[in-house]
Amino acid sequence: MYEIRIHSRGGQGGVTAARMMASAAVKDGKFATACPFYGAERRGAPIVSFVRIDDKPVRIYSQIKKPDMIIVLDPTVMDTVDVLDGLKEGGKIFINTHDDISFPPGFKVSRVDLTGIALREDLIVSGSPILNTPVIGALARLGLFTRESGVKAITETFTDPRNTNAARAAYDEVII
Amino acid sequence: MSELIMATGNKAVAAAAKMAKPVVVAAYPITPQTEIIETIADYVASGEMDARYIPVESEHSAMTACIGASITGVRVFTATSSHGLLYMHEMLHWAAGARLPIVMGQVNRTLAPGWNIWAEHSDALSQRDTGWLQVYVSTVQEAYDTTLMAFRIAEDNRVLLPVMINMDGFLLSHIMQPYEMTEPGDFIPPLNLPQKIDVNDPKGYGAMSPSNVHYQFRFDMEKAMRASRTVINETEAEFAKRFGRVYKPIDEYLTEDADVVIVALGTLGKEAEVAADLLRKEGIKAGVMRIRWLRPFPLDMNIKGKDLVVIDRDYSFGFGGVVAGEIQAKYPDAKIARIIAGIGGQEVTYEDMAEFVRNRKMGTEFWFGIPQEEQ
Amino acid sequence: MTEIPKEEMILKCPSTCAGCGSLLALRYILKAAGKDTILVIPACCNSVIQGVYPYMLHTVPVYNIAFAASAACASGMSEALRATGQKTNVIVYAGDGGTADIGIQALSGALERGEDFLYICYDNEAYGNTGMQRSGATPLGAITTTTPNGKTVNKKDLDRIIEAHNLPYQATASSSYPADIYNKVKKALTIPGPKFIHILAPCPPGWRIPSEKTVEIGKMAVRSGIWVLWEKEYDKFTISAPSRAAMKKPAPVIDYLKAQGRFRKVDEKTAAVIQANIDKNLKKIALEAAQSEENQ
Repeated sequence: MYEIRIHSRGGQGGVTAARMMASAAVKDGKFATACPFYGAERRGAPIVSFVRIDDKPVRIYSQIKKPDMIIVLDPTVMDTVDVLDGLKEGGKIFINTHDDISFPPGFKVSRVDLTGIALREDLIVSGSPILNTPVIGALARLGLFTRESGVKAITETFTDPRNTNAARAAYDEVII
Repeated sequence: MSELIMATGNKAVAAAAKMAKPVVVAAYPITPQTEIIETIADYVASGEMDARYIPVESEHSAMTACIGASITGVRVFTATSSHGLLYMHEMLHWAAGARLPIVMGQVNRTLAPGWNIWAEHSDALSQRDTGWLQVYVSTVQEAYDTTLMAFRIAEDNRVLLPVMINMDGFLLSHIMQPYEMTEPGDFIPPLNLPQKIDVNDPKGYGAMSPSNVHYQFRFDMEKAMRASRTVINETEAEFAKRFGRVYKPIDEYLTEDADVVIVALGTLGKEAEVAADLLRKEGIKAGVMRIRWLRPFPLDMNIKGKDLVVIDRDYSFGFGGVVAGEIQAKYPDAKIARIIAGIGGQEVTYEDMAEFVRNRKMGTEFWFGIPQEEQ
Repeated sequence: MTEIPKEEMILKCPSTCAGCGSLLALRYILKAAGKDTILVIPACCNSVIQGVYPYMLHTVPVYNIAFAASAACASGMSEALRATGQKTNVIVYAGDGGTADIGIQALSGALERGEDFLYICYDNEAYGNTGMQRSGATPLGAITTTTPNGKTVNKKDLDRIIEAHNLPYQATASSSYPADIYNKVKKALTIPGPKFIHILAPCPPGWRIPSEKTVEIGKMAVRSGIWVLWEKEYDKFTISAPSRAAMKKPAPVIDYLKAQGRFRKVDEKTAAVIQANIDKNLKKIALEAAQSEENQ
């Protein structure tokens, strides 16, 4: 079983990202669950979502304590949240960032400027760049699911082509 | 096999309700049920569902409106949780006493004071005397399938009692799992409510019922509850035959040769399977009984010679955990270690459950998280 | 010029959404009420805003109570306090759901019995705390999660229902006019018996407006006449200054509607109905004020 924890802020689409990730994994023939963890769910508050992917049905409902991978959609949450908490030795970190943020050794870090891509592709809603569809492209590149399944997971909810364009760009621009 | 959809437990219950084609949905929002009624509101607004959606101003009115609609002979649906369920308490009794096949999605959430929106079973369990059938589900697929079955069971003329489908708040209502949104076809037959109002054959409903007859009406309700055991078995068998997914009143896992069995409702009962796997690796012959139908209460639990570790995600103050208490009452020889865990959404993992089994003290009660000296 | 105390009775870091109209109003309510006050809060946004155990946002006691029950709770509290000679203010601070819908029975009963308390309803025109489902106070045309195509029936006229109880003090206010709130609460608390104040509290996530536009939108509501500020002491009916000014030449409501995402599905026909409702209501209010002046 592969466990992923996603860090974002309320209103950024972290929960939808979790759903699309799980959906893509299911289209690849796996079983996946996605759970948002609702704290004080207000616009702008840090939230976490969990995704579990396995070859057989997932029977665990409790929170992910030792993720295999963490995804940081909004690096500013790291000011108040310890995103590395419990991350397995050798675990993966994926972060949405323009800069090269350093992490302690022992983890496999990859990054993409999702925000930059979203702005470039004009993937903006109500003044905010959309991060949850581009991240699917990046995660496909990291091997979480196939590209085809990632595209299907996006288009079943978001038909505007800017979403898949941004996802493709993210796929290409992943820095490992 | 048709395509799998990612959906939350809430969305699956709403989808099943849509498939059942109710004529009236009267509901009031309460976290964590709101997604059910918002999804139904969307279905109705888009025309995908041809139902009257009544956004009532309270849960008491929600159940009352359902009663009013149901007695005209149409199918109805509603959903609630926690305080909403409690607020409609007197009308729950009324719905069952009126022998109305109302189906309700019930998202299990703890009770205030101390506002807390997380999972606990005290809400539904505190309503176990009302005459409603109660089933507890543990996966999104099961939530969907069981809701479909609930309509058929409730409306069977041998039953004609309302059915409550219980789903853990957030742990199941809000998590997304893949499921198949199976078309029921004619699995749910048209409703034929024998006592429905007919102006051409006018009758009085619920008028004075004196002491020499009232108990007979109450006995009729109990007869229907007893008959529902057969109806549930028939319905689940028919469902398995048509759609290939097998459900039983108790979901048993590795129980045949088990020395010790974890008994729990809802998602705890599903995660307990992982605990059992873990314990088996240690040489402990553990199994799980996830009770699905709590009302009518299971009278044929195969527990002879087994230690039971019953996890109650609820409490009856001054008495003890409800599930453990009911099992002991119906199975006086049962050996039970009574665990109180998961109250107010307290996290209980498969590792915790394995510890409950390893450390079990038969015949005692243990509140998870409370220091030993205070127990 | 009103001298409003500088002391805040709400501590820093409340758990509100950015731009919350309700907490803005509460600051001024508490400044007017002072320390000898108990707040009764039913399930609503303000239940959550208080913070999580063991933290508390307010510097007055707050009693949280079930959704339907705030007025009944306040009744019991008030009777007990008065029976023991205590003058402590009992103030209910409830949302529109807990007032106009699930709470209206208890409210009507408390008002009819003449209980000595102040009931303040902050109206964000939907069930905000549970994710913005419609309430009876949701206006015509507004999108909520349970009215995805816009509400097809009118906002419940809560104020006229309350008026039927003939209270010693009743008023409307808006979080965009804090001094007005302060003055009205101060006045109300000098009057024994049941008092009711209805405050329009814009909600940025619910109304789909940017977080910094709360005050501006509230002012637009008053200027268009869709929200009217007034006071009533038994039969004496007075329109408050900002609304007197607005009623001279009300701004077209279409600007107010266009400024909010929740009204994006309002078509021409509905907009015309909304405007017509306002015109009719303003005539009624003007008449009421004129008649009241005559009778004094």
